[in-house]
Amino acid sequence: MNEPGTKIQRWTPVSSSFTSGFGLLIVALAFVPVVMGASIVQDLTTLLILVLMAVMWNALAGYGGLVSVGQQAYIGLGAYATVWFALQGVNPYWGMVLATVFCALVSVPLSFIVLRFRGAQFAIGTWVVAEAIGIYVSFDNQLGAGTGTSLSQLDSYASTTREHITYWLTLGMTAFFVLLVFALLRSRLGASLQAIRDDEEAAASVGVSVLGGKRILFILASAGCGAAGAMTVANILFIEPTSIFSVNYSAFMIFMVLVGGLGTFEGPIIGAIILYFIQKQFGNDGTWYLIGLGSSAIVFALLFPRGLWGMLEERTGLRFMPVGYRVKRSASPHEAGP
Amino acid sequence: MLAAAGVRKQFGALAALGGVDLDVGPGDAIGIVGPNGAGKTTLLNVLAGTMAPSGGTVSFRGADVTRSSAARRARLGIARAHQVPRPFGAMTVFENCLVGATAGGGLRRRAAYARCLEVLELCGLIELADRRADSLGLLGRKRLELARALATDPVVLLLDEIGAGLTDAEAAELVAMLKALRGEQGLAVVWIEHIVHVLVQVVTRLVCMDAGRVISDGEPAAVMRDARVVDAYLGTAAA
Repeated sequence: MNEPGTKIQRWTPVSSSFTSGFGLLIVALAFVPVVMGASIVQDLTTLLILVLMAVMWNALAGYGGLVSVGQQAYIGLGAYATVWFALQGVNPYWGMVLATVFCALVSVPLSFIVLRFRGAQFAIGTWVVAEAIGIYVSFDNQLGAGTGTSLSQLDSYASTTREHITYWLTLGMTAFFVLLVFALLRSRLGASLQAIRDDEEAAASVGVSVLGGKRILFILASAGCGAAGAMTVANILFIEPTSIFSVNYSAFMIFMVLVGGLGTFEGPIIGAIILYFIQKQFGNDGTWYLIGLGSSAIVFALLFPRGLWGMLEERTGLRFMPVGYRVKRSASPHEAGP
Repeated sequence: MLAAAGVRKQFGALAALGGVDLDVGPGDAIGIVGPNGAGKTTLLNVLAGTMAPSGGTVSFRGADVTRSSAARRARLGIARAHQVPRPFGAMTVFENCLVGATAGGGLRRRAAYARCLEVLELCGLIELADRRADSLGLLGRKRLELARALATDPVVLLLDEIGAGLTDAEAAELVAMLKALRGEQGLAVVWIEHIVHVLVQVVTRLVCMDAGRVISDGEPAAVMRDARVVDAYLGTAAA
């Protein structure tokens, strides 16, 4: 039926060289502590945590259509679970890995509650869950209650060693979750997840199990944000409930993903880099900084709904990290357009 | 094969379906006609699983599927094309079909790709395979709606007014496509359509509904002559 020579293309020369470049970048980043100073290592740790958060929020909203305002629940849980494991005598770095797993486990029963909601209800529902967990933690005296706690177990490391290990672990976690999302989107499930994003009911009508797909993304994003929380406590050493469970984290994630490009693989990474520089430049300007962030997010949502990367992709047809499919019909005189 | 038995659907005080029986055999081509509000789309929703009936049962190949979700029924082989096309806008035409082939058809990689190329060819969309679905015009979207449903490798295809809004020439193309499909794949089709002269070119059996009931069921010409049908459907149309 179909002509000989029709092929399905997933990699282009540009995308395969870029993807290997991406791999090389991760390897190169691993050597940063060896050659660069402490301040750069700390800055990069902060940036990598932002990348992880953005990629996780995009996995939820950009692919599952799940607009969460409650991802700070897992950031806080990841941070506090790290402290808790350390109190039980677990090595704090192993505690961070365990905290990530813990967040994934906690999200399973929670998914049965919040995934019943849709749209705005889901957004509010996740926020309520985050607030509830935050309040619960603030009553726990062992965890420092409302005044907060520090990860003092890290004091046994020399400060340079500590910063290096934290950096490597953050790099490893971020790379792991970014590549996991990439693998998931390229897998057989990937097309179904994107279909859920575009039209849930239509997706169900062609056999996609919508709830199952959403649950996978929800658990993935919970684990990823848990890791980001664990890395945050390693990076800043002191946490208290109101700031680590702050809805600001969700606001930052929304900003990064909207500016970079919702539902694109590359966009959130770009958004994270932009937010990082804005934070560095204007982070001390208090209220004006937040007003600036909010208004630029609105401008992007109104004028460039596909974000920076979405625009670039549309104009150039470039795809650096290919999660889609191209039909290559070499036998045909008509070349299908991009 | 796909059978509705005593299906009722109540919306508050309104009985959209008041006990409908419909039996679709292998390879059947059934057209459903009836005035607006007769319950045609509701019946299709109940058959496809997007709506649970208030009473009665739906069975498919001998198994009761009344409580099965739409997704499960799509995997079993009941496909549905919506009245207003619902493409996955940000995905390409090919990727739209791929969702059907993998999720609904349970196919993997090469088998799924081959299935998609086949249905795209059949639906005249192969040239547009790499286009974003939201960049298609109405005819393109209708073709895609059909292609995506076919990609699930269905046994029964439920069509809801897919001819609406098309010119005569476009409708003729659609008819040719459906005929080819039925010939090649031995697919059963249940088709709701207001444009009766288009419908009778494909179907071998006509069901007329009015006020939530089947009032006539049989060979198309006979159904069209049925006095109850003339009263309920053509009578109103002529007025």
